[in-house]
Amino acid sequence: MTKEAILGAIRRGLKRGPLPADQQAMLGGRLATHPRHLIPARSRLPRPDQVALFIRNVEKEFGTVERVPNAEAVPAAIADYLAAQNLSPRFPMAPHPELQAIPWSSRPLLEVEQRRAEATDQVSLQHGYAGIAETGTLMLPSAPERPTTLNLLAETEMVVLRASRIVGAYEEAWDRLRAESHDERSGGFMPRNIMFVTGPSRSADIEQTLELGAHGPRRLHVILIDDDPAALPMGEATAPPPVAVPGGPAAPGD
Amino acid sequence: MVAITSPAFKENARTALADPGLQKALGTAKGAFLQRRAQAVANLPEFEQLRDIGRNIKNHTLANLDFYLEAYEAKVKAAGGQVHWCSTADDARATVLEICRRANARTVTKGKSMISEELGINAHLEAHGIRPVETDLGEYILQLRQEHPSHIIAPAFHLNREDWEADFRRLHTDLPRDRVFAERRDILAEARTKLREKFLQADVGITGANFLVAETGSSVIVTNEGNGDLTQTLPRVHIALASIEKVVPTLEDATSLLRLLARSATGQDFSVYTTFSTGARRPADLDGPEEYHVVLIDNGRSNMLGTEFQEMLRCIRCAACMNHCPVYGAIGGHAYGWVYPGPMGSVLTPSLVGIEKTGMLPNASTFCGKCESVCPVKIPLPKMMRHWREREFERHLTPATQRSNLALWAWFARRPTLYRAATRAANAALSLLGRGKGAFRSLPLAGGWTAGRDLPVPEGGTFMARYAKEQRRR
Repeated sequence: MTKEAILGAIRRGLKRGPLPADQQAMLGGRLATHPRHLIPARSRLPRPDQVALFIRNVEKEFGTVERVPNAEAVPAAIADYLAAQNLSPRFPMAPHPELQAIPWSSRPLLEVEQRRAEATDQVSLQHGYAGIAETGTLMLPSAPERPTTLNLLAETEMVVLRASRIVGAYEEAWDRLRAESHDERSGGFMPRNIMFVTGPSRSADIEQTLELGAHGPRRLHVILIDDDPAALPMGEATAPPPVAVPGGPAAPGD
Repeated sequence: MVAITSPAFKENARTALADPGLQKALGTAKGAFLQRRAQAVANLPEFEQLRDIGRNIKNHTLANLDFYLEAYEAKVKAAGGQVHWCSTADDARATVLEICRRANARTVTKGKSMISEELGINAHLEAHGIRPVETDLGEYILQLRQEHPSHIIAPAFHLNREDWEADFRRLHTDLPRDRVFAERRDILAEARTKLREKFLQADVGITGANFLVAETGSSVIVTNEGNGDLTQTLPRVHIALASIEKVVPTLEDATSLLRLLARSATGQDFSVYTTFSTGARRPADLDGPEEYHVVLIDNGRSNMLGTEFQEMLRCIRCAACMNHCPVYGAIGGHAYGWVYPGPMGSVLTPSLVGIEKTGMLPNASTFCGKCESVCPVKIPLPKMMRHWREREFERHLTPATQRSNLALWAWFARRPTLYRAATRAANAALSLLGRGKGAFRSLPLAGGWTAGRDLPVPEGGTFMARYAKEQRRR
C-alpha cells in the first residue's frame, strides 16, 4: 500500500523503525498541549492601545474602521457608509444572533437579507469572530451563522466586530476558539474553514505593483462596537467615543 | 512532469541576458521585494529569534515525520475529509484525475500551487478532456501564454505591462478591440470579470497547501487575491495538493511559521487571506465544498531524509532566496530550466529529478551567501550547492575543461614550493600588466571566465607572502 511505502521510505531515511510507544506518547503530548512559541511584544499593550493598534493595522492594510458606541448605532453607520460610497442598501447578512439583534428597522431603507453571498451581490455584511491587533487581522470561522462566501464574493465587505473580541496575538484567538467552539463532526473545535483576513483583496502580479480588488473584495470596512469599557480610548472611559469618519482617523486619542 | 531544460542552463542564461523584454521586467521588479522585506523585518524586533524557532519547528517535524503524517491523516478523516497517499507524480496525477472524473468535472479552477506545476496536473487533465483554469492573476496569464512560472510566488515576474495588455487583447476576443487599459487596475478588472465566470462554473477546485496541521487535520493556504479561497469554497469538490514535508504539529507551530512567511515573501506583515480548511461542508453550513480531498505527495522527498539535503525540506517556499540572488536577478527564473528557480531550486531540483539531469544548476551561484542569510528557516543553501558540486565531480558530470583545470591546480597545490613560486609570478605579472586599470575586462586563456565578469588587478603580495610577513612582525 502506498501509505505504508511512504512511511517506510521516511523511516528508512531517518534510519529507524516506527517510533517506540513512549516517544509517540511524548509527541502526542506536544499535540495535546500545543505549546506556544515566542510571541512578538508588539501586541502586549493596555486594552485601549491594543484596540488602537488593531485599527491602525487595518488602516495600514487599506481597510477602514468606524467605531460605534453600541449595536443600536450600527444601522445608521452602515446606511451612511453605503450612501457615501454610492452602494446598494440591499445586502446579504450573516444569520448570526448578534447581527439579528441589531435594530435594523431603525433604518427602513436598508434591505438586510440573511443568507450566504451570491455572485451578484455588491455588498456583504459578515460577523467578526475576533480581531487580532498584531496585524489588524479579522478571524472569520465558518459556521451556519457565518457563511464563508460573505468574505469573498461582494466588492465591498463589511464586518461587525465587538471591541471585546479584539486580542493581541493569533495565539490568543486560537485559545478563544478552542474554549468556545465545538465541531459536531470531528469532535474537535475546528470548523470547516477559518479565514484570517487582513485588508481588502489585492495583487502585485502586474510588474510587482500593488493594486487593490483582485478576486475578493475591493473594500473592507469594519464597524467596531465599543462594548468593552476597558478598551475605550484613555480619558473617555465614561463617554462613548465620537463616531469616526470612514477612512479617516479611527478615534481621537489613538 | 514539466520538461527539464536545466542542462542547457548556460545557453538559457545567455538567451535571458540578451532578452530586452525580460531584462526590462527584471529591472522593474528589482528591489521591490527586497525593500519591502527589509522594512517588514525591521518592524519586527523578534524576527531573528523567530527564524531559529521556524528552523527548530521544521527540524522537529522532519525527525518525526511519519508520526505527524499519521496523526494528520486521522484528523482529516475525523473531519470528513480523505487523504490520498501518492509516492510518485504518476500516482498523484491519476488520483486527481480520478476524483475529477467521479465528480463529472468539466471545468476545474486552480489556486496557485507549485506542486501542481511539479506534477504537471494541467496537462494531464487537459489530455483527459477536463479544462483546468488557473485563477491566480499571474498564473492566469501564463496559462493564456502557455508558459510556466518564472518565480514561485510571483509567477509572471518576467512580464511587462505591455505583455499583459497584448495578451488580453489577443485572447479575450469577446471584448471591444478598442478598449483602453489606462491603468494596471484596468487589466486587473478585466481578469476579475473573466475569472468570476470560471469560479462559478467550476465543478472541482484544486489548491496547494502552505502547511498541513497535524493537531487539527487542516490544510492552510495564503493568498492576497482571494482566488485560492474562491477556488476552494465555490465548487462541489475541493482537492488540496500537498507534499509530505508541509505538515507541522500544531496551530501554534503554523502560526510561528506564518509570522515568517509573508514577511520573507512579499514583505507584508501577514498575507491578506490566510485560510485553514478542515474537512468538508458541515450539515447546516450554507456554503463550502461537499467533498474535501488531500493528495499527499512524496515524489522524491523521502529520499532526501537522512542525507546532506534533508534540511532543504524545511523550505516554506517564500522566495526570499531568489529575490535576493544576483544570478536570479540577472537571468530570471526560466533559465533554471525546471519548476523551482533560484538558490532553492538549485538545491531542490537535483534532489527531486537527479543530478545527472540538472546539469549546471548547483553552479548557478556566486556563493555570495545572501540566500542563506535571508532564509526564514535558515537553510544552508550555499553549503548544499557545494555538496551537489562534489557529487557532480564524483560522478564525472563536471565539464572536461573544468576537471582538467582542477587537476592542474591540484598538482600545484600538492607541491607548496612550486605553488608559491607560481602564484608569486602570476601575481607580479598581473599587477604589472594591470597597473592603473583597477580590473581586467578580459584575459588571454580565461576568456570564458572574463566574458561575464571583471578580474580585479591584484594589489600587494600573495596571501602566503603577507601571512609570512605578519608572522614575522609578531
